[in-house]
Amino acid sequence: MTFELFIFYFLAGVACTSGVMMITIKDPVKAALWLVLAFIATAGVWITAQAEFLGLVLILVYVGAVMVLFLFVVMMLDINLSILKEGFTQYLPIGTMVVLSIAAMMYMVLGPENFGLDVTGAPVVHPEDYSNTQAIGLELYTVHVYAFILAAVLLLLGIVAAIALSLRRRPTGEVLYQDIDKQVKTQASDRFKMIKMKSEIEEPIKPKEEEEK
Amino acid sequence: MIALSDYLIFGAILFIISMAGIFLNRKNVIVLLMAIELLLLAVNTNLVAFSHFHNDVIGQIFVFFILTVAAAEAAIGLAIIVLVFRKRKSINVDDLGTLKG
Repeated sequence: MTFELFIFYFLAGVACTSGVMMITIKDPVKAALWLVLAFIATAGVWITAQAEFLGLVLILVYVGAVMVLFLFVVMMLDINLSILKEGFTQYLPIGTMVVLSIAAMMYMVLGPENFGLDVTGAPVVHPEDYSNTQAIGLELYTVHVYAFILAAVLLLLGIVAAIALSLRRRPTGEVLYQDIDKQVKTQASDRFKMIKMKSEIEEPIKPKEEEEK
Repeated sequence: MIALSDYLIFGAILFIISMAGIFLNRKNVIVLLMAIELLLLAVNTNLVAFSHFHNDVIGQIFVFFILTVAAAEAAIGLAIIVLVFRKRKSINVDDLGTLKG
């Protein structure tokens, strides 16, 4: 067993174990933390497949952003844990049976018979100065630039949808809100009135010294 | 040298684990969402492996877009969960059967 293979099996084992822990553990906070470990191990597996950029993006985006969002939501909600695990043992036998049968079928298709090294041939090993990021960037910003822009629009949509969904309007009176429609529609005449009136003349105040004389 | 079948079987095992998670955790919506994230990860592993063995970078670009879509999906899904919890005071799947689907 080469060192590369050892690293692969170690990371794959960590990922699968933490996946199993994630689905069996009771506390959603711990489940989220196990999922973080699964993501990190899988990022390592991707790096062994020479997808360095995606491995790092997986850690940055998933572990850094998405899972923190998950943890944030899990900690914010006050969940009754005892109800949530009901039915776990009830579905366990049939779930395991279905899953094992699917696993056997997948092994028959994906096993070494069809996708072993002697069938697919060894992959191309890139030289030391090969930049995976550059290769992805060249392709992404030229051929797939339209899809890239669409992805940006999709992210914007995600921001707007998430904010619009979770924004809570409290009853007026409790909090004062800006009404932007009204603010924009305001005319100068709404704010002050011109009134015709006689000009008022202030009479000069006589100095007191003169009165005394 | 790591064979393609190793990557594919690893992806299949992750996929199966998360499928089992969806079968078994039929009460907790948050764990269901997390299982879906793991499902996407397993599929992405297949794409990365094939991209490596075909020496074609397009598979990795596809994974990049899947990651984008999954991030947006997770954000909106969590927003919906927060809304449901605010309305029902529960995230039990059985309490959310109003649509009788």
